[in-house]
Amino acid sequence: MTAVLDFWYALGRNPLALHALAVGLLASVACGLVGTLVVTRRITYVAGGISHSLLAGLGLAQWLRVMHHWNWVQPLHGALAAAMLSVLIIGWVTLRGREREDTAIGAVWAIGMAIGFIFIHITDGAKQDLMSYLFGNILLVSSGQIWLIALLDIMIIATVILCHPELQAVCFDEEFARLRGMRVELWHMLLLVLTALTVVLLVTVVGIVLVIALLTLPAAIAGRLSRSLAQMMVLSIVVCALCTVVGLTIHYRPNLPPGPTIILVAGFLYALAMLIPPRTWGKTLPRGD
Amino acid sequence: MAEIPAIEVQGVSFAYQGFPVLRDINLTLERGQFASVVGPNGSGKTTLFRLFLGLLTPDRGTIRILGQSPLESRTRIGYVPQHFAFDPKYPIRVSDVVRMGCLGQGHRWVWGGRAERRRVRGALEAVGMGGQRNAPFSTLSGGQRQRVLIARALVIDPEILLLDEPTANVDAMGEEEILGLIEGLRGEMTVMLITHSVSVVSRFIETIICVNCEAHVHPAMDHVDAELMRHICGHRPIACERE
Repeated sequence: MTAVLDFWYALGRNPLALHALAVGLLASVACGLVGTLVVTRRITYVAGGISHSLLAGLGLAQWLRVMHHWNWVQPLHGALAAAMLSVLIIGWVTLRGREREDTAIGAVWAIGMAIGFIFIHITDGAKQDLMSYLFGNILLVSSGQIWLIALLDIMIIATVILCHPELQAVCFDEEFARLRGMRVELWHMLLLVLTALTVVLLVTVVGIVLVIALLTLPAAIAGRLSRSLAQMMVLSIVVCALCTVVGLTIHYRPNLPPGPTIILVAGFLYALAMLIPPRTWGKTLPRGD
Repeated sequence: MAEIPAIEVQGVSFAYQGFPVLRDINLTLERGQFASVVGPNGSGKTTLFRLFLGLLTPDRGTIRILGQSPLESRTRIGYVPQHFAFDPKYPIRVSDVVRMGCLGQGHRWVWGGRAERRRVRGALEAVGMGGQRNAPFSTLSGGQRQRVLIARALVIDPEILLLDEPTANVDAMGEEEILGLIEGLRGEMTVMLITHSVSVVSRFIETIICVNCEAHVHPAMDHVDAELMRHICGHRPIACERE
């Protein structure tokens, strides 16, 4: 039993463990808010495309650092740049509507990974980082990065709270939002930017490949129990934080990788939620047709 | 000076990607007028609404809504789309759906000011849904959802109300409630109502607009039955050839 608590004992002694917990909890807040929007707006595939394309930025940053001694460049900076570029490309294709959106997302997804692999291949000693990019290593986050993560987190939280009615309208009924004079295209772009920033935060926790699960599973669980978007967001923050904390606690002693452990906890909770009929918490009105 | 008409359409033609849908439409609706829009499936009724709302732009001709262009007049029009066009699982409360109607009215607080909350409550009570303010939209019946969407359109006190088949996929009791509600709006604003149903048209017979590629306005009739509707509008979309 005490082995389970080893992670918590380590918090006092090991700053890495404390960093991991702080980053996990910070990311959970953005994850719950934006994950809810991604799930209800059904743009999971967009989030997947953005997350995989981040490898290009991570690889480029590492190449600049190691091969060109640009020591101020952190992998997180590369990830941010790649995320914004992907949003621009996907957003442009969506809004112009000339190309099939899913084809464009698939292209961004694969080309991003290809660029990333090539940079990693030509960078000395970067191959061992590849696994932490792909599957995350929350324990590698430095204290300097925590401040950047906190800043991103605050930006995401503030935007989602201040723009809640508009984001809700665009996600629920885009045409009506347009009729009320809203510039729907700009709001859609804002949603993509928020998604990209959240994906960057989550990549530090669970890595490129597993991001979609952490973004969507807590929101999906919360969606089965929620009556409003705000309620779904709050619940999904709680579920995401729970997955992170439980995942970190379990991974420590048998020395399992933290990212996949967190995802398995989320998957387990999702399977559990499937067994509960939706909205048993609230009173359900009799259905009409 | 004569009053500016609610809707004025002159020589409007529209084609979807080269496929003509509406040809040379001429139509004037005075303020406060109540019109049923009928016509076979695919005859261009919804397209006509989308032109009024500025969601589509005519290839030819002009549309003036309350003396303005469709884009300028958008916030003065209430629009009720068909209720089954939504994600049925979307988690949203009834009051939040109605609040959406208040968007685009300048600065607003995230949680809605007191005046806004009062308007939302008033609109929901007007459609008989005051008691279900906090219920999730997804748990409502088709008729209840349609009433909520009408409340969303009414919350801005529109001068024109466009309803797109408000009783489609609604059971008989729901239909009766919705029609009673729409009848109560007569005289308060200009109303245009798209419908397929003879029973609906027969209650709103003062102006019947038949849309089938072209539009014809039929003056007030004593009664309407299925036979008469087929006679005046046809029962299938006619080929809308290029001019």
